[in-house]
Amino acid sequence: MRTGVRTRPLRIGLLFGGAALLSTLVSSCSGAAGKVPTLVLYNGQHEETADLLVASFEKSTGINVEVRNGEDEDYLADEIVTEGSRSPADILYTENSQPLEFLQEKGLLAKVDASTLAKTPARFDSPQGDWVGVSARVSVLIYNPGLISRTALPTTVLQMAEPKYKGKIAIANAETDFEPIVTSVLRTYGRTATLRWLDGLKVNAGIGHTYPDNETIADEVNRGVVAFGIVNQYYWYRLRAEVGASNVHSQIAYFAPRDPGYVLDVSGAGILKSSKHQAEAQRFLAFLVSKQGQEILARSDSFEYPIGSGVKTLQPETPFDDLRPNPINLAELGTGEQATDLLREVQLL
Amino acid sequence: MSAPVATELRLARAPARSGLLVATSLAVVAVLILPLIFLFVEAAGSGAANAVHLMWRALTVSLLWNTVRLTIVVTLLCAVIGTLAAYGVERTNLPGRRIWAVLVVVPLAIPDFVVSFGWSSLWTWVQGFQGAVLVMTLAVYPLVYLTVAASLRGADPGQEEIARSLGVGKLSTFLRVTLGQARRAILGGCLLVALVILAEYGAFEILGYQTFTTEIYTEFSTGFNVASACALSVVLVVVSLVVLLGESSARGGGRVSRLGPGVQRTMPLRPLGRATLPVLLAYGLLVAAALGVPVGAAVYWMVGGVPAAFTGVSLASAALHTAGYSAAAALLATVMAAPVALLVARHPGRFHQWLERCTFLVLAMPGLVVALAMAYFSERYVNGFAYQTWPMLVLVYAIMFFPLALVGVRASVLQAPIALEEAASSLGVRRLDVFFRVTLPLIAPGLGAAFCLVFLSAATELTATLILIPTGSQTLATQFWAYQKYLSYSQAAPFALTIIAIAAVPSYLLGRFYDRLPARRGVALVPSLVT
Repeated sequence: MRTGVRTRPLRIGLLFGGAALLSTLVSSCSGAAGKVPTLVLYNGQHEETADLLVASFEKSTGINVEVRNGEDEDYLADEIVTEGSRSPADILYTENSQPLEFLQEKGLLAKVDASTLAKTPARFDSPQGDWVGVSARVSVLIYNPGLISRTALPTTVLQMAEPKYKGKIAIANAETDFEPIVTSVLRTYGRTATLRWLDGLKVNAGIGHTYPDNETIADEVNRGVVAFGIVNQYYWYRLRAEVGASNVHSQIAYFAPRDPGYVLDVSGAGILKSSKHQAEAQRFLAFLVSKQGQEILARSDSFEYPIGSGVKTLQPETPFDDLRPNPINLAELGTGEQATDLLREVQLL
Repeated sequence: MSAPVATELRLARAPARSGLLVATSLAVVAVLILPLIFLFVEAAGSGAANAVHLMWRALTVSLLWNTVRLTIVVTLLCAVIGTLAAYGVERTNLPGRRIWAVLVVVPLAIPDFVVSFGWSSLWTWVQGFQGAVLVMTLAVYPLVYLTVAASLRGADPGQEEIARSLGVGKLSTFLRVTLGQARRAILGGCLLVALVILAEYGAFEILGYQTFTTEIYTEFSTGFNVASACALSVVLVVVSLVVLLGESSARGGGRVSRLGPGVQRTMPLRPLGRATLPVLLAYGLLVAAALGVPVGAAVYWMVGGVPAAFTGVSLASAALHTAGYSAAAALLATVMAAPVALLVARHPGRFHQWLERCTFLVLAMPGLVVALAMAYFSERYVNGFAYQTWPMLVLVYAIMFFPLALVGVRASVLQAPIALEEAASSLGVRRLDVFFRVTLPLIAPGLGAAFCLVFLSAATELTATLILIPTGSQTLATQFWAYQKYLSYSQAAPFALTIIAIAAVPSYLLGRFYDRLPARRGVALVPSLVT
């Protein structure tokens, strides 16, 4: 009978799907059985960086950590606000200080233990003590020497808006790393000049060279799609680690000392007031800035600068003490909302 | 012929028997339009002024322009490629027709973002508008192919012969008669293509091409402001509705089906003659571009890429989650679709048709929007119930892909002779038993097809999954995305290949299902908002 023939492949399909369904149900049930306290970490930091730290923390404390990798740290902060007192998150770990400042402003963060804050220089922590700085990095220019010579590069961030760079620039306008640069320019030159600068950048980057993230900028500059872009220094080192030194066709260049485009970003972590595991969460933060945690960062391919417990990076980067960023403080960088407002105004968002 | 008698009996009993079906169908429709309602509430409630300000500016226009021109160009290209490919396989003596029939459909199993990754990781010129046109055309033309192939298979050969006998030229016959017969199928396929492009995110993100959907994603991930993302989503929903309604009115009335029942005469195959080699070459190129490049790129990066230290979840764990979530979603969507399909087929009426059409509104919402809506609904109104759990993710998949499930189930329900159910009833079998012992076996192939369609779509879903995935889990798609994002191509590659392998099974089964479906039912693959 025709029906019989016709159903056979579909029956196989159902069997195949049913088996898969069953196995997932079984696996998700077995996951809920454990009694050890489990911390939930909302992670806006790079996944591999967080994974390395979490693995080491779990090993030395026996406390489990479940990592929720957000597509974006701003969204994670937004999610936490929506979740309110019910938030499943115990800790938020971010690449930048802005989302933490945002949650602090909303009164959602608990105070960090003083002993933890003492491990890092005070200028890298929340001024109110609601979150702790974990690592740092700086914004630089990444360029392709085949498309633009080092001497032709801008030395100040304002020059990037000059007409001569039209079609040569890549920016990641929606990336959270871009907001601090905008805020820094805003604090230095004021609103009008910043808007003019952004307009120039928009024209120079054109329709084609606004990218979703810094990885893409690094990749496209390296592949020769665009001449140069502004990224944090570690993206170039990460790129090199990913594609291999022989495939690197790009270089990085620093802005002039104290230029507003030369911004030091701090990655940090905070504990949610709503967390029911305050003690364990404090242990996690303490671990992040401990010698053990910081040495993981120093050795890893995250290429971030450790800033706690006196640990220095072991990667062949410009030594941290030799960096000369714009001396803007974290409170001035704020939540980044002023920057996104300006970006919306010039329609880069 | 007992059909007229059966119809009378059915009409007489209809009101008494449809109560349960109506109730379940209403419940299903309520769940389906929940995200839409929420979207409007959210967009209107939190800062309408801000929303208007955000929409009323030049960027919106340029995004609309980007979105619309891409949709039009890709839809046209897919219409041409899909139709020609279907014509070659169904109507000519193309060597290896059955093999080509499989090869040109399999790209359906490759997620758009994997096609995008494959091309752009190998060649830098694949980016922006040109890149988006190339990638999307290769990724979605099978949607047109499937519907048109089904329609060509069942079309009446007599009409072409009559046209030829009346002195109409070969080309003219093809354009006026053959394409005329396939018109609804082509339009239906184009509708699906257009909706996919409107909702696409991953592929465009990789290609650096901004559309409305990528901007919604940007807006939602920047600066603590989800309300404005919702406001932009409303515009996208409106655009999608315009496409849906446009297709429905372009489809128009008029019968294209064969007159009279009876055994279908086999269509005579057109000899290709001297064109054989060029046509074979064209098929080869299409398959190489749509299937060869993405798979080849993944293999290339897996073998030749730099091994990196980044270790995410294992391939096995991600594959298990993907298969489990997708299977659960496929099951749920199929179960939800069955009462609606039965209601419309067995108890036709204006209200019931209207109910069915409501479900197609879901097609106008990108996955990102549905996911956001459900996550926020859970948090705001039901105390975070099911938030970040797998049942929520599964429910969202089921909502997103419900129209596909309905299409699959409906095709079989329409074919199942109601007389058999009535015979069983008249022999004293209880109603529920009739359903399980008669109706269910009759519509089983359709349920299977619905399952496959939803499974295939859920297994390749990215954006909703990124938002709703339970903490600590990864699917193949999300893990691929993480690796791809961090340029760990060598590690992303195995995940891409596994997605393709998992999705290839249901797409192959689907190909076979539609291959065997009589023509008029084949056209039912295409949903319609206004008949």
